[in-house]
Amino acid sequence: MTQLALVIDLNVCVGCHACVTSCKQWNTSGESGYLSDDRPYDKDPTGVFFNRVQTFEVGSFPQTETVHFPKSCLHCEDPPCVPVCPTGASYKRPQDGIVLVDYDKCIGCKYCAWACPYGAREIDEHQQVMKKCTLCVDRIDDPCLPEAERQPACVMACPTNARLFGDIHDSESVVSKAIRESAGYTLMPEWGTQPANHYLPRNKTELRLRHDELERADNPLKVDGQQPKPLTEDSSLGDVTSW
Amino acid sequence: MNPAYSVVFFTVCCGLAQGLFLAIFAVDMLTRLSFIEMQSPQFFVWGHSITLIFLAVGLLSSFLHLGHPERAWRAVMMWKTSWLSREVIVLPLFMLIVFAYGCSYWLGSTLSLWLGVLGLFLCLALFVCTAMIYMCLKFLQEWATTLTLINFVVLGCASGLGWAATLATAEDLTIATPLILWAMICTVLGLLVRVIMLLRNAQLKPRSSLQTAIGIKHPHIVQKAQGFMGGSFNTREFFHGRSLQTLLRIKWFFLFLTFILPVMFMVIAFCNSHATVTMLLACALQFIGLIAERWYFFAQANHPQNLYYSSIS
Repeated sequence: MTQLALVIDLNVCVGCHACVTSCKQWNTSGESGYLSDDRPYDKDPTGVFFNRVQTFEVGSFPQTETVHFPKSCLHCEDPPCVPVCPTGASYKRPQDGIVLVDYDKCIGCKYCAWACPYGAREIDEHQQVMKKCTLCVDRIDDPCLPEAERQPACVMACPTNARLFGDIHDSESVVSKAIRESAGYTLMPEWGTQPANHYLPRNKTELRLRHDELERADNPLKVDGQQPKPLTEDSSLGDVTSW
Repeated sequence: MNPAYSVVFFTVCCGLAQGLFLAIFAVDMLTRLSFIEMQSPQFFVWGHSITLIFLAVGLLSSFLHLGHPERAWRAVMMWKTSWLSREVIVLPLFMLIVFAYGCSYWLGSTLSLWLGVLGLFLCLALFVCTAMIYMCLKFLQEWATTLTLINFVVLGCASGLGWAATLATAEDLTIATPLILWAMICTVLGLLVRVIMLLRNAQLKPRSSLQTAIGIKHPHIVQKAQGFMGGSFNTREFFHGRSLQTLLRIKWFFLFLTFILPVMFMVIAFCNSHATVTMLLACALQFIGLIAERWYFFAQANHPQNLYYSSIS
């Protein structure tokens, strides 16, 4: 069985919001459009987004680091939002595991949003239906697009390649390898939702050197503190020296 | 959570109607079993009518919560998995049976007993469905407890019995005094359940934290940006936006209005023979209290998604 997912590398995400804007651009003009905005250039703007980049500061000054954290629907393998939907508008596509909303069936009761611990669903206050990340189904399924472009808009847009896309059930896929080899983890594992999207932790490149690797412990100079004899300035027998 | 008034009103009205139905059904049963003498038919007619009115008002109110009420019929589709869907099926069925039960009683049909029994099952099923909608969301730890169901049932019975007692006092029936007594018992029981619930929720340790939410193990994590500068659905839907002090005030407000004042009025009504106005006052106060109680029930639920929006909660 296929389970498409994103793997987000927190190690290289620079928080540029390119994934946010490309997601909004594609999805507001694509099949799931439009994503309504209110007062975009005014006081108290609001709107529907499938993807957000949040920023956290880890540690206390001066030992702090900034973590940019892209957040969208995690396409859980056991999605709590799907069984609660009374109309069946919310469903998990059997062929690729993408969690989707059928806008024509959604009654806008918001129960699925309550049932998602990650806050991944947003209601469109104009269309009054629940909206969420579709993993760009209208891109990945589009045979008219070149093969290389059949991936989510956010993945295409990321300048640092922090977003990987693929099938996490295929052990040889780029996402599976990344999860396996770079310790990919899921969010809020305590609720058993088994999110398909994974995050790769930040890892620092550190030079791991022990002190004795820099300075020889058995250096004869250290043993008794005596210089080798005869000393360099002492007279010697031509080319005969002790060292 | 940010309480939706439509849902608050819906749960209070339906709970009351279910309690009233149970009270009327109990009186009917006890009459049939000759434990009590025959009551005036007006009591039943009024009782059934008020039950239906409250159910209809509740149903109407629940429609206000929907973005697309014209598609509400679709909500019966997923009864296999969704408690909301089950509730959508059980509620109209219950209304139909209450109506049929009332009519058959009015017409003196022998069918009324069986309709009443069917109504009893549907009434209990409706309590379970309504409570399970909240109980099944396991990460809303304030809701995910059997106390939610017990609270809904006991408070529904307390308010419903209050209305039944009011009707009985208005009709000057002999069952008025026992009904007032039972309304009082249920209200006190309700207080007990609600206080246990409040104590439990005060001691809850959230299983999710900012650490599990973003998967970084460090005791000091502060959110610096939530991804946008204005508001969004996520900042509006999941937090009530009131101060702790306001919440505390509402807690005491509902404790007084739902339990303490109504019980005081019920005691006065219990001691007087013509106490319709006193009972009506008790019921009205309790109704306002229940609205506040249900508001608090919703507001107190702390949704883990708020961890991603630290600036609002």
